[in-house]
Amino acid sequence: MTGIIRLDVSDLQIRIGASGPDVVSEISFAVAAGEVLGLVGESGSGKTTVALSLLGHARRGLRITSGEVRLDGVNLLSLPSRDLRAARGARVAYVPQDPSAALNPALRIGTQIEEALRVHPGVVEDPAARAVGVMREARLDATPDMLRRYPHQLSGGQQQRVALAMAFCCRPSLIVLDEPTTGLDVSTQRHVLDTVRSLCRSYGVAAVYVSHDLAVVSGLVGEVAVMYAGRIVELGPTSRVFADPAHPYTRRLLAAVPSPYRAEDMTGIEGQPPRPGRRGVGCSFAPRCDFVIDQCRVAPPDAIAIDSRAVRCIRADEVRAPSVSRPTSARRPASANQAAALSLRSVWARYGRRPVLSAVDLDVQSESCVAVVGESGSGKTTLARCVAGLHTNWTGRIMFDGTLLDPGLRGRTKETLRRIQYVFQNPYASLNPRKTIGQIVAQPLEQLLGLPFRQRSERAASALADVSLSADFLDRYPDQLSGGERQRVALARALVVEPDLLICDEVTSALDVSVQAVIVEQLRRLQRERQLAMIFITHNLALVRSIAQTAVVLRDGRVVESGPVDQVLEQPKDPYTVALIEDVPVLAGAAATEGMTPPSIQRGRSGE
Amino acid sequence: MAVADARVGMRGSLADEHPIAHLVIRRLAIGLVTLLVVSAVVFLATEVLPGNAAFAVLGRSANPTRLHALERQLYLNRSLADQYWIWLSGLLTGKLGTSLANGKPVWALVEPRLINSAVLVFVSGLIGALAGVTLGAAAALRKNGWLDHIASVAALAVTSLPDFVVAISLIILLSTVVFHLLPAVSLLAPGTYAWSQPRLLILPVATLVIVIVPYIFRMMRAAMTEALESDYVEMARLKGVPEWRIALVHALPNAISPTVQVIGLNFLYLAGGVVVVEFVFNFPGIGQELVFAVDNRDIPVVQVTVVVLAAFYVVMNIVTDVLALFATPRRRIAR
Amino acid sequence: MAAAAPSVTDTSRRGANRMARHPWLSAAWVAARTPRGAVGLGLACAAVLLAIIGPFVSPHSPDALLTLTFAKPSGQFPLGSDFLGRDVLSRILNGGWALLLMAVLATALGIVAGAAAGISAAYLRGRSDGLIMRTVDVILAFPQLVFALLLVSVLGPRLWLIVLAVGLSHAPQVARVVRSATLDISERDYVKVAELQGMRPRKIMTSEILPNLVSSLMVETGLRLTYSIVIMAGLSFLGFGQQPPAASWGLMINENLTGLPLNPWAVIVPAALIALLTIGTNTFTDAFARVAIGIDRRPEEAALIDELTARESR
Repeated sequence: MTGIIRLDVSDLQIRIGASGPDVVSEISFAVAAGEVLGLVGESGSGKTTVALSLLGHARRGLRITSGEVRLDGVNLLSLPSRDLRAARGARVAYVPQDPSAALNPALRIGTQIEEALRVHPGVVEDPAARAVGVMREARLDATPDMLRRYPHQLSGGQQQRVALAMAFCCRPSLIVLDEPTTGLDVSTQRHVLDTVRSLCRSYGVAAVYVSHDLAVVSGLVGEVAVMYAGRIVELGPTSRVFADPAHPYTRRLLAAVPSPYRAEDMTGIEGQPPRPGRRGVGCSFAPRCDFVIDQCRVAPPDAIAIDSRAVRCIRADEVRAPSVSRPTSARRPASANQAAALSLRSVWARYGRRPVLSAVDLDVQSESCVAVVGESGSGKTTLARCVAGLHTNWTGRIMFDGTLLDPGLRGRTKETLRRIQYVFQNPYASLNPRKTIGQIVAQPLEQLLGLPFRQRSERAASALADVSLSADFLDRYPDQLSGGERQRVALARALVVEPDLLICDEVTSALDVSVQAVIVEQLRRLQRERQLAMIFITHNLALVRSIAQTAVVLRDGRVVESGPVDQVLEQPKDPYTVALIEDVPVLAGAAATEGMTPPSIQRGRSGE
Repeated sequence: MAVADARVGMRGSLADEHPIAHLVIRRLAIGLVTLLVVSAVVFLATEVLPGNAAFAVLGRSANPTRLHALERQLYLNRSLADQYWIWLSGLLTGKLGTSLANGKPVWALVEPRLINSAVLVFVSGLIGALAGVTLGAAAALRKNGWLDHIASVAALAVTSLPDFVVAISLIILLSTVVFHLLPAVSLLAPGTYAWSQPRLLILPVATLVIVIVPYIFRMMRAAMTEALESDYVEMARLKGVPEWRIALVHALPNAISPTVQVIGLNFLYLAGGVVVVEFVFNFPGIGQELVFAVDNRDIPVVQVTVVVLAAFYVVMNIVTDVLALFATPRRRIAR
Repeated sequence: MAAAAPSVTDTSRRGANRMARHPWLSAAWVAARTPRGAVGLGLACAAVLLAIIGPFVSPHSPDALLTLTFAKPSGQFPLGSDFLGRDVLSRILNGGWALLLMAVLATALGIVAGAAAGISAAYLRGRSDGLIMRTVDVILAFPQLVFALLLVSVLGPRLWLIVLAVGLSHAPQVARVVRSATLDISERDYVKVAELQGMRPRKIMTSEILPNLVSSLMVETGLRLTYSIVIMAGLSFLGFGQQPPAASWGLMINENLTGLPLNPWAVIVPAALIALLTIGTNTFTDAFARVAIGIDRRPEEAALIDELTARESR
């Protein structure tokens, strides 16, 4: 690695309390000027904890117990508090995950930006000019009007740009970005990433970019550190790590990332990462690992150097054996049954007076899946709710299996209600915390079919088995389940009454990549087995190929493009679709795309 | 982002454009309706008795002639609606009738007492608000320290106590049993103003302050703690902002909003609280007058007093809501 | 296929099950074991026991004129005598049960009326909601004490009237709290799921919404009970509760104020008992609220929970 080393982290350990279980340990890496390091991991890996420690900060209850964080040679962890405060913001800056929460709702934007300069007197010659300059660089209007605004008057993208501006205003040596594009639209995300890249280049700033999104990271960072259960399991150049992973977890993680280029059988990782305090003696990944041997459970592996990388696995060489490409899923034959199970004609929907859907026409064949794609505000969720009967303020016609659907639930028969089922986005809100899983899954059997108790229990148990949950789950309460498990329960509940149409509303958006892959694969299998018609709502274009036969693109309430999935993704007609596809971050150099030529629309993406 | 429909924009609601004006108008409207309803309820409650008012006042053994005279005086020979109208219009034009107990005009009786109570309420309210806010902020800044623990426990205990218990305790402590510093009972002649003998204000004010400070303290502490543990304060620390600035510029403005509402609620509470406190300390205020009037079934006085208290309530409600709106930019300024 | 995924809190599974099934019982049990909860429960129980058992163990009749007025404590009269020469101890032992009974009745009335109004307003929405909440606003325009006084001035100090007045004056506040909790819950996805299953509104209220309201309702009940006791005691202090010669803690304080320099116990003891009762109920309610809503955990615990929720929320 050329260039001066700006950040040098060695053997960092952070615990719960002074002597509690460790949250992260043995963290070591270095970043040079102008370079970006990606810190990648799923929830519970400890990546945010590490990110905050780079500013010498630990959240409530956590304590940095050993190690060094050297910035330009100075160990931040040993600085007296006054010097540490002087360094924060001026020498090392932080860009938060959720800008709407990180900006003070009671202070104007101008105040907050200027504050970033004012608390470090002397660092900048002309603070007022710098404030204006840095806003321009972050592509914000540097007008007095903008400065006088409060955070709630800005959009999510604008808020994040403000956060970026604040981070760069003192020209720090190191910037730590904590998943800064979560919740932003794909196009906004692209702009933010471009801004980050160009600012780092121009000012020789070192950056650490924390993310769970491998595709985003692959296009942005030169080096990547993969974290699992509080340790870095693999560290090395992005191109090498993603093309040729040497740790079993990295391998499985990459395999779970959906590709927009081809339909694939998706493989996730069953189970969950162990919590702090439950990590056991051996390698933390052992319970879920394909390559595990007895020796793995004895002690956590040390980092070994392989092919310009550091890997914590005793079988790294074998893991690197030539990769097997992921199987393309068999192209489903066009459905013999051409009759549309569901069709929408001229549907116009509103919220109060505000139009949300305009002149929407849509068809869903039985036994086929339609992916409805759009950004936030496109109306895709409203569409789903209109079909389900949850949203009643619409005009037009919705026909289900030949009969007109009534807008409200009261006007629909129980049979209709049974045949159309809905799965919600948030697995933490869709299960009643006061009921057992058994009661939750059996409830529709009671409400819609009036089945007696014995039959309900049997069918509930078999529905759970269909989503690979054992019968123990019947007596548990939702609080005891993880997000992925809860979503599977929601799925079981929807399928237990054997519907004909399943509406999935962003069902994987709240889940980790490896869990998402498990759910999507379950969905695919179940759809095939039960010959379900399905509407799959998502903002994630990459998923679409693997699960749907038809794709519909919504923009501001209108259908701008629709057709077979391959056609929409490879030969889009509408410029909006083209822009959308271009902006989707793609896992460059991934093992899975070995041997595939990317479609022609992929223009040269800068920054590889 | 929502697509702005041109038609919707033109008919943009008042609520979004001028939240403050909208709120004040709405509250005033509700307030007026409330006062009307209150006056009707008061009227009905006091006039529609089993037996009639004159009877109730004079008792069973009343002389029939006197009964008739009193009935005419009280307009009891007219229809109910007439009576209400007479009463209401009297109220609005300042003719508040005469006290049945001592024959004096009600307003002359009520006015100095009203002022005395107002002094009591506002002085107590201001001192209590200042003390509560300061203590609450201090406790939050040194969370889980000794000050915080003692103050929190004390606050919990005091909020549980009825105000007359607090008053009695102060009397026992400061004027009768333990120490003999302050006079227990005020010897102000009814009709004089409270500030003529300020020493007599001390115990009543102290009681009311003790009663309301814990509520304000707890709210301020909770709001301040929430602000200090929020994401935006963490972000400010990561920017290198010094602690004093975090407390003053970042946390305090956010903590003030919910606290203002609690302060307003406490002013409202004081409107009722003065009743007991004035009674205990024999303080010549409107609360004491209400108790006397109820005891004597002095209807006109009861009516006027209750309506005055209700009016104070309504006004205080509006003021609190407006202040709270001011303190929260998110509600004050439309997107 | 795959084996059952390991559960998140396997050690406390049984505890969690019990917790979810009877949330209020478990929360109360846990609260009673915290320092605040134990103190609160202890104080309240002591006062309640005294009030209930008192009449049966009172050494003399509470009404009998036995000795000089305001006599100091002695062997025969451990707390001395009151302004008429009656035994203070006996009057104390007889003076609590009525207060307690009226407060409990008023609270029950307030909670039931308020909860019914709040839930209906929230779930039915539309015009019913507007109507109910406007009524609430109007009633809240009255200080509770003044409202009670108003009724008393008209109808005289009837005890059932006082219970009614105080109970009704609680209802608006309870309605507000319940309404906002219900609104919050009825927006949750699992309620929508029930609607999608064709469940009728009334069944949704009892089956989905109510069980999740229980903790807030319990907390509110505790608070209302405390206020009921406070107001009832205040009314009887002012002379508008039980009438003389009845023994009532509030009334006793009033009656014996003039004798403070002579026999302070006639004032101090009833005041202290009222204080014990109210501090006890309020403190226990506070402890219960903390358990049920989970405020103010120790930092280490909070960190662990944050880690858990952070990963869950992704």
